[in-house]
Amino acid sequence: MKKIYIKHRLLKDKLLFVMVSLLSALTAVPLLAILGEVLIKGYDQFSWAFFTEPTPTAYKAMKAVAAGELIPGGIANGIVGTLIMLGMASLFALPIGIMCGIYLAENSKKKFAYIVSYITDLLQGTPSVIIGIVTYIWVVVPMKGYSAIAGSVALFIMMLPLIIRSTEETMKILPSSLKEAGLALGGNYMRVVTKVQLPAAFGGIFTGTLLAISRVIGETAPLMFTALGCSIIRWDIDKPISAVPLLIWEFFNDPNLQDLIWGASLFLLVFVLTLNLTAKKLAKKWNS
Amino acid sequence: MEFVKPVLEFDKVCVSYTKQTMAVKYVSAAIERNSITAIMGPSGCGKSTLLRAANLMHNLYPNIHVNGDILLNGENIFQMHPIDVRRRIGMVFQRPAPFPTMSIYENVLAGFTLNGINLSKSEKEEVVENCLKSVSLWNEVKDVLNKKGTFLSGGQQQRLCIARALALKPEVLLMDEPTSALDPIASKHIEELLLQLKKDVTILIVTHNMGQARRISDHSMFMYLGELVEYDNTLKMFENPFDERTKAYLTGKMG
Ligand SMILES: Nc1ncnc2c1ncn2[C@@H]1O[C@H](COP(=O)(O)OP(=O)(O)OP(=O)(O)O)[C@@H](O)[C@H]1O
Ligand SMILES: [Mg+2]
Repeated sequence: MKKIYIKHRLLKDKLLFVMVSLLSALTAVPLLAILGEVLIKGYDQFSWAFFTEPTPTAYKAMKAVAAGELIPGGIANGIVGTLIMLGMASLFALPIGIMCGIYLAENSKKKFAYIVSYITDLLQGTPSVIIGIVTYIWVVVPMKGYSAIAGSVALFIMMLPLIIRSTEETMKILPSSLKEAGLALGGNYMRVVTKVQLPAAFGGIFTGTLLAISRVIGETAPLMFTALGCSIIRWDIDKPISAVPLLIWEFFNDPNLQDLIWGASLFLLVFVLTLNLTAKKLAKKWNS
Repeated sequence: MEFVKPVLEFDKVCVSYTKQTMAVKYVSAAIERNSITAIMGPSGCGKSTLLRAANLMHNLYPNIHVNGDILLNGENIFQMHPIDVRRRIGMVFQRPAPFPTMSIYENVLAGFTLNGINLSKSEKEEVVENCLKSVSLWNEVKDVLNKKGTFLSGGQQQRLCIARALALKPEVLLMDEPTSALDPIASKHIEELLLQLKKDVTILIVTHNMGQARRISDHSMFMYLGELVEYDNTLKMFENPFDERTKAYLTGKMG
């Protein structure tokens, strides 16, 4: 009687295990399917010119398609725009986010910190399209035009909560002995933060920054309201500018350019995956 | 115990973590200059709490309350700037805590860096060499000064932390069970070191190891439930304790 019962339980265990494994495998399917699709369709587009030349005009693209050739040109205007806007957004989001994160970690019991922390959560959950439209009203309208600046502001608002959170979390897991040891040497508070705690937290903050960048790099909606797009490579920050996700949207809307969608998508996907994997690797290395 | 010119004086010091209870109750004691004073007592009796009051560590936590006075060379530390107090009263913690992102060299100089004091390169080298020599670590690490402090063994790390505290030339060195995380050989090493160091600095050391207290300290305190029960010459206390509780503790019948 007892033996049968145990056998029965073992069987149930096994069944459960198989089911859980199957389900886990299933979750990997969408990612692999997307990767495969984008890789197969986009891989043909990759060439040196694809990364160094701006988007072709519809006419040129049409001619090439008619002649059965690859569409000339590429996404360099988008890459440059993405880098400029990410750079400007990080330039402000990093110092402000890190300072804010330190403040939250050090004063977690204060009411003000609690409110700021709550707002950070709300900001993190705000749909990006809303951030886009608000930035439009705040920046594009007063500046009387779309610009890289406006795009950067939108990305800045999206990156800020991510950097605040990762800084706060990293600072909170630092042992308090570190801070005490610094202060016991007569260090003043700011110096202990900057010379002892921040360097120790560097790994976590760096990882957080990579993840923040990889989260906002694919954002399209907020850039539609702010950066608009541009078909030439442009370095001015007060003019409309392109970005890789914006290009994907443009290609989709222009029947002549549709072949370029996959190359641009593959580039974006590989970039984000690389950032993510690097962040994970570094996090592992720094945690050990 | 009375001394002519004590370096440190506790006067009715009370510390409480919560409103209801006091972790240290009305402790009064004078510490003789250039001596080693051991603080003993069962776990939770308030040894660390008393020690941390002396370099204003409790200031970091707003809900901890300290009452009474602590005098450093006659001057009330509660009226001095905490940074000043902590530079003159150094501390070594139970777990060796070299700064993980700094090299051995930088760790020794951390006190200066954290105080914003700029030294010339030759001054730096002199400080590093002298301090590491005074904790007899120089020969072991002089070729790897640029390695991270966390590469060293536990005992070496603790000596590095002592060197780091000594670099600022403190008058008093507080040590909270500095050898409890170390093996016996490393502990012995530190004990010998402390005996050498006391000619320059007054040492206040919390220890659970009665043998250690007996070997190195000149005076001993016995604390129980937050009170200072007995404070006397170490030999006198070990041979002829005055209080029953001290006796029970020293003979292993308590704690
Ligand atoms: N951060 C804290 N918050 C609240 N109570 C505390 C805190 N730290 C210590 N206490 C309490 O204060 C009392 C004294 O603690 P303390 O750490 O000074 O003891 P100790 O003699 O150093 O013990 P041990 O030998 O275990 O290190 C204990 O009852 C302890 O529970
Ligand atoms: Mg203790």
